[in-house]
Amino acid sequence: MAEERRQKQCSVVLPTESMKAMAESVGVGQLQEESCVALSEEVSYRIKEIAQDALKFMHHGKRRKLTTSDIDHALKLKNVEPLYGFQSQEFIPFRFASGGGRELHFYEEKEVDLSDIINTPLPRVPLDVSLKAHWLSIEGMQPAIPENPPPAPKEQQKAESTEPLKVVKPGQEEEGSIQGKSQGATAADSKAKEKGLIRLKPRSTHELSVEQQLYYKEITEACVGSCEAKRAEALQSIATDPGLYQMLPRFSTFISEGVRVNVVQNNLALLIYLMRMVKALMDNPTLYLEKYLHELIPAVVTCIVSKQLCLRPDVDNHWALRDFAARLMAQICKTFSTTTNNIQSRITKTFTKSLLDEKTQWTTRYGCIAGLAELGADVIKTLILPRLSVEGARIKAVMEGPVLSNIDKIGAEHVQSLLLKHCASVIAKIRPQPDTVEQYRTDYGYLGPMLCSHVMKARTQAALQAQQVNRTTLTITQPRPTLSVSQSGLSGSTGPRTPSIIKVPSSLTLMSPRPGTPSQPSPPATKYIVMATSAGAASTQQVITLSSSQSASPVTSTVPSATSTLQPLVKLDSGSAPGLTGSRPMQKYIVVSLPSPASSSLEPKSSVLPSSISSVPLESGMKLERSESPGANTQSPH
Amino acid sequence: MAAVQGGLVDAEEEKAIKTEPSSDGGGNNNANDGRLPSTSPGASAAASKNAAASPEDQQTLLAVLQFLRKNNLSESVDILRREAGLPEDSLDAKGADASGGGSGGAAGTAGVDGVDASSILSRVTAPSSAGTPAPTKTPAENQPDVNVVLSAYSQQGDPALYETYYSGLKRFIETVLDCHRAELSQVFYPLFVHMYLELVYNNHENEAKAFFQKFSGDQECYYEDDLRVLSGLTKKEHMRGNETLLDFRTSKFVLRISRDSYQLLKRHLQERQNNQIWNIIQEHLYIDIFDGMPRSKGQIDAMSGSLAGEAKREANKAKVYYGLLKEPEIELPLDDEDEEAENEEGKPKKKKPKKDSMGSKSKKQDPNAPSQNRIPLPELKDSDKLDKIMYMKEATKKIRLGPENLPSICFYSFLNAYQGLTAVDFTDDSSLIAGGFADSTVRVWSVTPKKLRKVKSAADLNVIDKESDDVLERIMDEKTASESKILYGHSGPVYGISFSPDRNYLLSSSEDGTIRLWSLLTFTCLVGYKGHNYPVWDTQFSPHGYYFVSGGHDRVARLWATDHYQPLRIFSGHLADVTCTRFHPNSNYVATGSSDRTTRVWDVLTGNCVRIFTGHKGPIHALAFSPNGKFLASGATDGRVLLWDIGHGLMVGELKGHTDTIYSLRFSRDGEILASGSMDNTVRLWDALKAFDDLETDDFTAATGHIHLQDNSQELLLGTYLTKSTPVIHLHFTRRNLLLAAGAYNP
Repeated sequence: MAEERRQKQCSVVLPTESMKAMAESVGVGQLQEESCVALSEEVSYRIKEIAQDALKFMHHGKRRKLTTSDIDHALKLKNVEPLYGFQSQEFIPFRFASGGGRELHFYEEKEVDLSDIINTPLPRVPLDVSLKAHWLSIEGMQPAIPENPPPAPKEQQKAESTEPLKVVKPGQEEEGSIQGKSQGATAADSKAKEKGLIRLKPRSTHELSVEQQLYYKEITEACVGSCEAKRAEALQSIATDPGLYQMLPRFSTFISEGVRVNVVQNNLALLIYLMRMVKALMDNPTLYLEKYLHELIPAVVTCIVSKQLCLRPDVDNHWALRDFAARLMAQICKTFSTTTNNIQSRITKTFTKSLLDEKTQWTTRYGCIAGLAELGADVIKTLILPRLSVEGARIKAVMEGPVLSNIDKIGAEHVQSLLLKHCASVIAKIRPQPDTVEQYRTDYGYLGPMLCSHVMKARTQAALQAQQVNRTTLTITQPRPTLSVSQSGLSGSTGPRTPSIIKVPSSLTLMSPRPGTPSQPSPPATKYIVMATSAGAASTQQVITLSSSQSASPVTSTVPSATSTLQPLVKLDSGSAPGLTGSRPMQKYIVVSLPSPASSSLEPKSSVLPSSISSVPLESGMKLERSESPGANTQSPH
Repeated sequence: MAAVQGGLVDAEEEKAIKTEPSSDGGGNNNANDGRLPSTSPGASAAASKNAAASPEDQQTLLAVLQFLRKNNLSESVDILRREAGLPEDSLDAKGADASGGGSGGAAGTAGVDGVDASSILSRVTAPSSAGTPAPTKTPAENQPDVNVVLSAYSQQGDPALYETYYSGLKRFIETVLDCHRAELSQVFYPLFVHMYLELVYNNHENEAKAFFQKFSGDQECYYEDDLRVLSGLTKKEHMRGNETLLDFRTSKFVLRISRDSYQLLKRHLQERQNNQIWNIIQEHLYIDIFDGMPRSKGQIDAMSGSLAGEAKREANKAKVYYGLLKEPEIELPLDDEDEEAENEEGKPKKKKPKKDSMGSKSKKQDPNAPSQNRIPLPELKDSDKLDKIMYMKEATKKIRLGPENLPSICFYSFLNAYQGLTAVDFTDDSSLIAGGFADSTVRVWSVTPKKLRKVKSAADLNVIDKESDDVLERIMDEKTASESKILYGHSGPVYGISFSPDRNYLLSSSEDGTIRLWSLLTFTCLVGYKGHNYPVWDTQFSPHGYYFVSGGHDRVARLWATDHYQPLRIFSGHLADVTCTRFHPNSNYVATGSSDRTTRVWDVLTGNCVRIFTGHKGPIHALAFSPNGKFLASGATDGRVLLWDIGHGLMVGELKGHTDTIYSLRFSRDGEILASGSMDNTVRLWDALKAFDDLETDDFTAATGHIHLQDNSQELLLGTYLTKSTPVIHLHFTRRNLLLAAGAYNP
């Protein structure tokens, strides 16, 4: 401890090289080493002094972060001119360069084209300061409203579920005792308990407050209702709201029951909606889902392997649902599989078992393969590749044999394309070149020749990608070509669906400031609107046309005026893009594919409410509370 | 009114000080007296006789000698010495010391040793001499020449031996009996600092660094901030103008040590002939010796931590009239709406006792209360009386709070406050809320449906009928009605904000060094009070209006009246920024918290400091008086709330729980609950009744000020309420005991 502190406090002095560099910059050619030392000591001392004064201003500004204005004020205290005009949005604005044995930090000043600035439409005016009241506590109880933090943090949820008898944390104990009081236990009782050191697990309430019940009702209705915009909002809420912990058991039951019922009724649309709910729950960082996996996993697996998921298997695209659910399953495995619960191996076993079964239907077979394939290259290598010839023979029998049923044929086709899609990339990696059709035929049977061409395609693609020096840092959390918004809600649940479903990625965080190409361009040229919102500042939107072909950089262009839903568009060519958008430290990009008219609902909300939940019931609930807010002071909370 | 002259350390008059030894007469004299014997304990008796003969001459002579020696006029030195009959052997040390003495006086060492300090023991027996520090101090602070202050360090010792000395003492203290060890360990920190500074001053940079390296780790962790400042200081040139250093030098570090421990230390140092350390102890430390049991480590830790050690015992002896003033008698109107429902007969009966209970409370004069006109208070206006009536009505509907009955908390979040919210205040009736922002603006919101309106222009006002009953309503301009108004005028972040009790005015204090008074009728600035020159960290209206207090970076708090553009009182004494200021409920006292980690209570009438509370380990950012005026709560960056008994001048409680700076403290209207709001995004509620109840107030603790604090924070903590991401910077109990909190949402 002491050692560390001493290290820290040991006087740190600027290097003399800096002094030299600075002297040179003002025209003093040769500064003696001694003068440098003296100067650097003096400068270091003064800097420390100013920093200590600046700290004072930080404290009085009620902040935790020191800002440049604090330094300015500290300079002013010392009667020194403040640094005018020094403003940096980045944390540390310096760039590093080295070469010729010298290391330099410099301030990057780019040339700015004035006409660019002039032509840029003005950013939106930031919102004015406003006041909002909410109940932090009502007679000692903190209400579970979105304005308040989640009642139980994830660790605590975990602790409760895994170690129910563990010593409770002080805050929790407090909560417990208060809860106890509110439930009628006298305070003397609870005190006696505390004194007696008998640790009882506080009874957890399973009753939801009225607001929560309303919320639950509204959310579940929106999730399975017909309005797509509402659903998107509801899912967004599930994925981000931190206060759902108490409702989690209900959601879980809702999903598992929903799947059970709708599988029987072959209601494809509802199954899709339910799977999207699972996805949203999993995306919520504040929820501890482990307790409810026993309900969620069967539901998801059902959606992968069920024999029939829709009324018209020949027309409806239930395959997409299976794909989606398989991905979900893979994600569950990745997140929750541990050595104790062995989720992944148990799931793998289940899939393999029915895959090996001769009598398995094509639909189930498809699901098993999809489920396995999503688990990764290793699983494909060990479990699917050896089966290729067998499956190939089976497909061949359906394809080339007498047409027994159309459904079987469609199934076989899907299985075939699925196998080709997943296996090709794996084979490309593990199999040495050259790829000869004959060799493939002997190895993989019926599917061999097709595999061969796929593998070759995969190889060229890989080579191409390797060529493009990997400047792309855009990571899209959800891989593969799912980035298309489902048809607008009106199209309803029935009717032929386009091959893509679901997946409205709520928000993708780009790791790099420059909007580059996504690592895997989707096949058709897709337009993305990248809406960047940085805290409080204006939001800019830009349209990037991603051509799936070889071109490395995205072609960005002004969007044709046809897309009237999205007004402020910024013209950016890829070169200047980083200059404009790259200056902000963290940005949220919302990527929406353009053609859909529904995308307008996805405009970034600029609301700065403590939580961006915007479901209707809650807001009305808040209003209700506000009207009896203490400001009016006419009603007491009793 | 010594305090009035003191304070600002900005005017540097170096010339005046060049001739200092003779020029600042009386005050110096005393200080010097004390210094002479201190050169070596052994020679103290002889020297003191010498000095006692003619202290003033002696001092002048020494100063002249010093000057001559400095200019290498050795013959003159010899002659002068012979003529003056000064013993040769002690001269060197004395010469050096004389300048130290002079400077000590000049810099306002406050002559703690005051009148008579010729023997160490006399301090013990006559600690009452502290009556004099104020006068000596004041002229001194007007000429804070750094050179003179620092020259006290010019005694040369062998720099290499410093480490040996220090570690020798360390070894000794580590081997003494347990009961003494904690007490004697207090010596380490001040000793360390002074030795380090001596080394630096004498240009032994490397030794100083080595010394720092070796021993800084041993110091108590709560001195870390100061050590950081020290560590940067490695050159003599740096010492000019370093405030922390000047503080350390100009104010003696106060230690409280039991007689036994002190004797032990003294004997050790004398045996070892460890003069270096002994000198420092004599010159730079004030040791407040008490009879009785040595204190425990816990007791010491509870009280230490401030920049200049603990408060002297006698500093907290002055009588404080902490009682409340008598409430003015106001006839309660009989047409109470609630009563109307009652039957006619019951009405008068019920009214009577109620009124009596109200009246009897206010009629009986509290023995601890100051007399009604101790400081002149403004007359109550009709509107004030109306407001009082409203207040009483509201008070009858007040919720009784307690551990079983916690208040509801309503949180006002400031959204989109990207510019930075720096201060918040509510009116007493909770109808208005004001925010000060880092972009220099002040905004006022109405939180009731009643909107904010300006008064009509002069031309329009001429037209209205002045005789009509609703003239007050008619003067308002409906067109200007809005929920919030912005007040522009400051040129720096607004750090303090306060509503007047009658809701007609608003005060704001800012980085630009001014305090502004705004009218809430016209929403314009009425006055800019200038005087602080440096950032003004806080300001507050007196509970009776008219007066207000402010405190700032210039280390003084000032008392103003709204109709005077100059301050009425200047409270000086803090060693660092005054960070927060609060009025006592009876308006006769002012409490200030400071970056020097002390809280002081000042008498508005005399301007004297009547209480010094030490114990915080960081700058104090929040203060609150209990509604009965008896107690004070303070919160600091160390995340602790300390409770003080003003009457006895004692620490009575410590509330631990917050993990970051406490920016807001507030007692409930009846004082049962203490609410604290912090940077760690929580509001915590504490059982104030219990905290004050558990108080053991036997005579011994009252006399010595040694308290045993139980660590019962967890029992006293009634609730913790976490906000999402909003630091709590203001708290307010409405008249019905609903807790309002405010802060800026910080995504």
